[in-house]
Amino acid sequence: MIQLKDIHKTFGENHVLRGISAELKAGQNNLIIGGSGSGKTTLLKCIVGLHEPSQGQVTFDGQDFTAMDFEQRVPIRKQIGMLFQNSALFDSMTVEQNIMFPLDLFTTMSRSEKQDRANFCLERVNLKDKNKLFPAELSGGMKKRVGIARAIAMEPKYLFVDEPNSGLDPKTSIVIDELIDELTKEYNITTVIVTHDMNSVMGIGNHIIFLHQGQKWWEGSNHEIAHTDNQELNDFVFASKFTQAAREKL
Amino acid sequence: MFHSLGKYILLIRLSFKRPEKFRVYWAEVMREMVSIGVGSLGIISIISVFIGAATTIQIAFQLASPLIPRTIAGSIGRDTTILEFSPTISALVLAGRVGSSMASQIGTMRVTEQIDALEIMGVNAPGFLIAPKIIASITMIPLLVIISIALGIGGGYLACLGNGEITPAEYMLGVHDGFNPITIQVALVKAFVFGFIISSICSYQGFYTEGGALEVGQSATRGVVYSCVMILFADLVVTRLML
Repeated sequence: MIQLKDIHKTFGENHVLRGISAELKAGQNNLIIGGSGSGKTTLLKCIVGLHEPSQGQVTFDGQDFTAMDFEQRVPIRKQIGMLFQNSALFDSMTVEQNIMFPLDLFTTMSRSEKQDRANFCLERVNLKDKNKLFPAELSGGMKKRVGIARAIAMEPKYLFVDEPNSGLDPKTSIVIDELIDELTKEYNITTVIVTHDMNSVMGIGNHIIFLHQGQKWWEGSNHEIAHTDNQELNDFVFASKFTQAAREKL
Repeated sequence: MFHSLGKYILLIRLSFKRPEKFRVYWAEVMREMVSIGVGSLGIISIISVFIGAATTIQIAFQLASPLIPRTIAGSIGRDTTILEFSPTISALVLAGRVGSSMASQIGTMRVTEQIDALEIMGVNAPGFLIAPKIIASITMIPLLVIISIALGIGGGYLACLGNGEITPAEYMLGVHDGFNPITIQVALVKAFVFGFIISSICSYQGFYTEGGALEVGQSATRGVVYSCVMILFADLVVTRLML
């Protein structure tokens, strides 16, 4: 479980996060949603340590991550997998080398064991036989799946996903969502997803945090979101006529 | 300026922290050595031969006098090539070829979140990305300079074959005459310092890139310009200290 206690983040005069507290539990998809500029990605970066919070505390299973230095964070970071918005695959490495990279650095596995693990991860994301391709040879959806394969290579306890559906067609988006959901349940991972995608919210949102003006404005599940009377959340989630119609049928 | 200098020093210090796994870093060093050394051999060979040839012709032309022995063109050409042309011109060319590549490679990794991905994994990103480039530069650039010196002197010899001012035999006599080994030491020290300057400044510019493709290009340009200025400044300092 990840606990956020009163997280603030300022960039100069710009107060982006204003005291966010939450509990992100294992085995469920914790979705952070909100409009552009609401602080979603900043919050995600504060949780994983790419940004240091100006105030507040992030704990991973009781360990105060914010109080640790780079070296002390390494054991926790080995348990973190992250899928970036643009996949962030290493261009100079093949698909297989990308997945084996963390194994090369942090395990004592033999080469064949690492290859077996890479093959397993690729099979798990339905990308068998793509080992020798370079990222430039992959489609957007395939890159996301390789990103997921790399993220799960070290059998993470925590999975962070930044905009998993951006730039993907609706069908591929659903495939990616279902894959993340399956992995979360299968390995009891604490998954944190930053998204704009309403299909993801309604489909896999076990626990949703809605950010507005840098604050936690609403918290609940995808079942509760359809019946909320929170005005800002309704304006965000049910902005289109299609989602309004879908809501009426719920 | 002092803020940037501080950031640069901290980044270089961070780059040389103990690696997570030596074998993986060593593979990166080897890859960079091939890229810098073998990849630059062609351009360095071409400029060295032509500069060596042109220098010899010009010296022979300027010193065409019955009072001056004709072999002097070989001696002056040799020392100029060893002390200045090979290390400095090669470094300026390498700043353009190798330095811009380093800055744009690291800058692209920054803007496409690949550096963030390394940090999330717990990898010391400066150590993994910058240290191998610096190590490869400070070892390969002196080797390239040695090759450049040999080819520069060879270029001078070739120029003498088609030049009536000085014969190849007189040129070679001049090359052998009064050779002082300290000139080679100076050239190697310069090459080592220039290698460090190119790789560290360009890596620094790339590492702190913010934005997108436009900023990556700007970082590469800044890296090359700052490297060139620092190479010329270091050239003066090393020459002053060693000669």
